[in-house]
Amino acid sequence: MIRIQNLTKYYGKRRAVDDITFNVEKGEIVGFLGPNGAGKTTTMRIITGYLMPTRGDVWIAEHNMATHSLEGRRLIGYMPEVTPLYMDMTTRAYLTFGARLRGLDGKKAGSRVEEVVEQCALEEYVDVMLGKLSKGFKQRVGLAQAIIHDPQVLVLDEPTVGIDPIQVAQTRKLIKELGRDRTILLSTHILPEVSMICERVIIIHKGRIAAQDRIENLSTILKGGRRIRLHVRGPAREVTERLTRITALRDVRYEEPFHVVEFPVDKEPQAEITGLVVQAGWTLLAMESMEMSLEDIFLQLTTEEEGER
Amino acid sequence: MKNIGIISRKELGSYLTSPMAYVVTAIFLALSGTFFSTYLAATSFEDTSIRGFLDAAQILILLFAAILTMRLVAEEKKTGTWELLLTAPVRDVEIVVGKFLGSLAVLTGMLVTTLYFPFLLVLFGDPDLGTIGTSYLGLFLLGSACLSIGFFASTLSSNQIVSAVVGGGILFGLWFLGAVESFATGALKELIPFLSLSHHFTDFTRGIVDTRSIVYYLSVTALFLFLSRGSIQTARWR
Repeated sequence: MIRIQNLTKYYGKRRAVDDITFNVEKGEIVGFLGPNGAGKTTTMRIITGYLMPTRGDVWIAEHNMATHSLEGRRLIGYMPEVTPLYMDMTTRAYLTFGARLRGLDGKKAGSRVEEVVEQCALEEYVDVMLGKLSKGFKQRVGLAQAIIHDPQVLVLDEPTVGIDPIQVAQTRKLIKELGRDRTILLSTHILPEVSMICERVIIIHKGRIAAQDRIENLSTILKGGRRIRLHVRGPAREVTERLTRITALRDVRYEEPFHVVEFPVDKEPQAEITGLVVQAGWTLLAMESMEMSLEDIFLQLTTEEEGER
Repeated sequence: MKNIGIISRKELGSYLTSPMAYVVTAIFLALSGTFFSTYLAATSFEDTSIRGFLDAAQILILLFAAILTMRLVAEEKKTGTWELLLTAPVRDVEIVVGKFLGSLAVLTGMLVTTLYFPFLLVLFGDPDLGTIGTSYLGLFLLGSACLSIGFFASTLSSNQIVSAVVGGGILFGLWFLGAVESFATGALKELIPFLSLSHHFTDFTRGIVDTRSIVYYLSVTALFLFLSRGSIQTARWR
């Protein structure tokens, strides 16, 4: 349904999206996961036709967005990262405008507005100016606007950011419901959100796809854990042996002159390691995180999630 | 076509729900009305024409066109609604024309409110209605060219003040181009008055409808709408 091939986007000299290729099949809910600034929004803006790519192609169903943008756009409902609301309009006027813009005639627009207002639980706020709504309700109006023309494809850019936990839960539920008969691409920087809503995840980092897999396989992607490289002045064999006794560590290897230890992303064994080294009377010359791996991206994602709660 | 109607109606609606259109119209009426009556008094009510009104209105239109149009795109870029419009199944040209027509409706409304000046003249004197008619046609054409230029300026930035200043700059530049005429020689001396916004307006106030002037204003309008579309399209590639 959404097909992306070798997509690259430069903003001036800066490369925001770097040669990414992926598909979203009909009826799938796919999570687009990555830290802030990874290129999620840019990719979504290209998919929806807001921006043109520097290189590469996007197809929505059989429509190439470079040549048949209007046909493609007709199939998409889009909720941008910044909810696009006209603050001087009422919910009803705004949704009607959105419906008319998507080609629904007056009568059909009216009945669809009623439907989405009910679906998004906005009944109480139909005649309220959008500027007066709380952040959570604004977000809901944004979502209502995206589904007003009953699109086959939904592109949702960070739909749960900045709203309170109860509303987050409601929004996630609504998205799941919508996904029953629709293709959804949803971006987030929150790891658990993906496992709650999506069937498949595409992890993007620094404009590149770092991994993509089904949610069930997330744990295997995660299995690698994090690695730290230690430089300890002491008897290598004994250091290895003592490090192995630290329960948090899953693997200890000696790569002369370093010790490389591996541990799950949710553990933090650094204090224990330094304590051990000091206790044994050795000297810790260096201790450093290994190169940015998928696991580190995950770590970044999980820590950001904690920060938001 | 249908999309143009939807967008222009929405645009007109935004104008009418914000204080801007009312404030602009009120000040326009107050200032041009003052000039209208001062001129009449200065001629001891001998010359029952809208001369005073026209002198003020032609300059005020430049200023207010820049102000009325500054928000058209700049504001939407700032609030993010631009993304909604540009991802809707609507052609860029429909957005441009729709928004332009929305602002033109406000300007037309503004001109309509001034019709009581000639109405007063008819009541108390014997004005030349033909000249008044051509003057209003001139104001309308001049206004449409000015709105188009202001609209173009609005597509260049997400800052309304910047848009207004750039739009006003282009407008007053083209207006005062006529003043440079005396320094020019040769072909430039011919060309400069032709390009000036003010030069073409004078004929209308004298009751003359010159096809060249109509073509000039319509061409300027079309040119800047075309440039606006280009500016919107290139932004997608940046």
